[in-house]
Amino acid sequence: MLLSRSVRALTAAAAAAVMLTACGSGGDEGSAADGGNVTLNVNLFGNFGYEELYKEYEKANPTIKIKQSTAAYNDHHRNIATHLATNSGAGDIEAVDTGFIAQMRAVGKQFTDLGTERQSEYLPWKWQASLTKDGQQIGYGTDVGGLAICYRRDLFQKAGLPTDRDEVSASWAGGWDKYIEQGQKYTEKAPAGTAFFDGAGALYNAVIGQAPVGFYSEDDTVVVSSNPEVRKAWDLVVQAVQSDLSAKLLESSPEWNNGFAKGQFATIACPAWMMAKIKDQSKNAAGKWDVAAVPGGGGNWGGSYLTVPKQGEHVEEAKKLAAWLTAPEQQAKVFTSKGLLPSIPALYDKPEIAQYKDPFFNDAPVGKIFTTAAKELKPQYQGPRTGDIQTTIRDGLVRVEQGKQSSDESWQQTVSDVERLAK
Amino acid sequence: MAIPALTARRARLNRLDTKGSPYLYVLPFFLLFGAFGLFPLIYTGYVSFNDWNLLDAGSHEWVGLANYRELLQDPYFWNALGNTLSIWALSTVPQLLAALWIAHLLNHRLRARTSLRMGVLLPNITSIVAVTIVFTQLFGRDFGMVNWLLGVVGIGPIDWQADTWSSHLAISIIVAWRWTGYNALIYLASMQAIPHDLYEAAELDGASSAQQFWKITVPMLRPTIIFTAVISTIGGLQIIAEPLLFAGSSTPTGGSDRQFQTAALFMYEQGFREFRFGYASAIAWTLVIVIAVFAIANYLITRRIANDEEKS
Repeated sequence: MLLSRSVRALTAAAAAAVMLTACGSGGDEGSAADGGNVTLNVNLFGNFGYEELYKEYEKANPTIKIKQSTAAYNDHHRNIATHLATNSGAGDIEAVDTGFIAQMRAVGKQFTDLGTERQSEYLPWKWQASLTKDGQQIGYGTDVGGLAICYRRDLFQKAGLPTDRDEVSASWAGGWDKYIEQGQKYTEKAPAGTAFFDGAGALYNAVIGQAPVGFYSEDDTVVVSSNPEVRKAWDLVVQAVQSDLSAKLLESSPEWNNGFAKGQFATIACPAWMMAKIKDQSKNAAGKWDVAAVPGGGGNWGGSYLTVPKQGEHVEEAKKLAAWLTAPEQQAKVFTSKGLLPSIPALYDKPEIAQYKDPFFNDAPVGKIFTTAAKELKPQYQGPRTGDIQTTIRDGLVRVEQGKQSSDESWQQTVSDVERLAK
Repeated sequence: MAIPALTARRARLNRLDTKGSPYLYVLPFFLLFGAFGLFPLIYTGYVSFNDWNLLDAGSHEWVGLANYRELLQDPYFWNALGNTLSIWALSTVPQLLAALWIAHLLNHRLRARTSLRMGVLLPNITSIVAVTIVFTQLFGRDFGMVNWLLGVVGIGPIDWQADTWSSHLAISIIVAWRWTGYNALIYLASMQAIPHDLYEAAELDGASSAQQFWKITVPMLRPTIIFTAVISTIGGLQIIAEPLLFAGSSTPTGGSDRQFQTAALFMYEQGFREFRFGYASAIAWTLVIVIAVFAIANYLITRRIANDEEKS
């Protein structure tokens, strides 16, 4: 009796253990080429909107199987670096963000040269950013960020602000100061549990993205402490935080994702790719979001590249797939399905893009808004540690948000941290 | 003529068998240990004397003790070491006391005793990532259950990641949750080896249950307590996954002001974000020394405590 009970308990525990380990080790290796079939591993971060395209490609190329893995932004880029260092484990195609492309460019010999054939298709600065010093192209551009402000009509209405997108754009057309003023008005009558924007780090990225020079001068010198634009953007964001406009959420954290679903913030700095995140995270708010122009003129935040590491087993097939995924037709499709803004300027005047209206965003003319933004965009030079400097500045602003330090204390620590990074 | 020679050879083989084969039996362990334990250990030591760039295909230059000199003057290293010790103390002490108490309870005749004994091990076999993600949600600032419960008794919402004390407390709870059951089972196993007549004699002499626990159980568990204290020290000083995931943004700096960056996490940051492989290796070796010192100190202290209790 006693024995049988313990046997039963043991079996149950063993079964539980097996289930748990099974969960932990799902996923197959799948890179073997059986019977002429080739599996291409595509490693991405965030949402590139490629799922439908894979099916199309596999149909047209029956010997190719595509397997996509997605990791968080920082994890993904650390993984690439590790795989390059150990010369194993990288995907056949690896996506790289603008913030990290200069770091990869510096070790360009680890990537396959994609040649110069497609140079004329691309925005010149987009093409330039992934080009090594000796003229090797390491990545095909996917999208560019552009900038707008996405906002919640329902929250604006509750707070007694105008909701029409032209009126909203006009309300802060005078610059970021006006945006903060608008935020103060919002905060006076804000629905409980909501703030004007998501978090200091994200807002900062948008503001600095508009400056002609950011964290680096073109000779790869870090100019964080000497470039007045960097401090100006800092002060502006601090002012917004101290006016109590921030929901104090960390970009890309689970809480931030949750913030979309719960409607914790009324506006968010909105590069085109942010629209994909909004659609993913706040499905329940379809039609409540809208898109207005960004204060302070055109700018860029983010945008990515597809690279083909040399260590991959199927470099030729991977090159073809990367070229196809970033070809004009596919970039156009990804824009209408996910909102990622093409990096191929010939598309900007195509009616299916220029006149595209997105029902999720209350039929906002996102085609017009973002193609205009992309045309006005003044490209900013990105150096090797741009991505990590961004994170360091974000942490500095978070210290102010959390009330741990004054703006000046935090700025000093940020500058010395950045110097340490760039050493 | 041929027969003595044969027996001599057989004897020699026999001798070789008894002398040699034990080494053969333990050889697989030493081969594996050499490949996965000793070699990385020594190689890390070698790397730590170099300026070694991980990203640039491992180009390196011998710099002697420069990495160690820099490390001793690095305020972020001392900060990380302080955080590690704080989290280690906050998690280990309550954890071992709770484990002792749980083992004591499980040692009695209870209903569903076997399932309970198995149950305490469940947190330990659950994926560390899953555990940390769930706990990080429980400790969420805006919608976390812990803040909700605190709100019921009128304590304002706490931003668990923001402050040093709150983040250390939260991480310690995650660590303790994972390891308490494991230690409890170890205690339980050695409690069951304590001869029952000791308790019977104590009961005849009129000792209460608490007295029996402190005067018989704890002293008899002395070797086990030393073992768990040393093992928890080794584990506790290497904590990395919990603070990494607790940050929510997968940055290895342990919060906005490095308020919960542990030494292992600092090593990870230097190795895999800064790609300073040599510096990270120097941190690894320094950590080895620190852990050794603490393990020895712990051994001496716990032996002393248990001794005192035996005498009193």
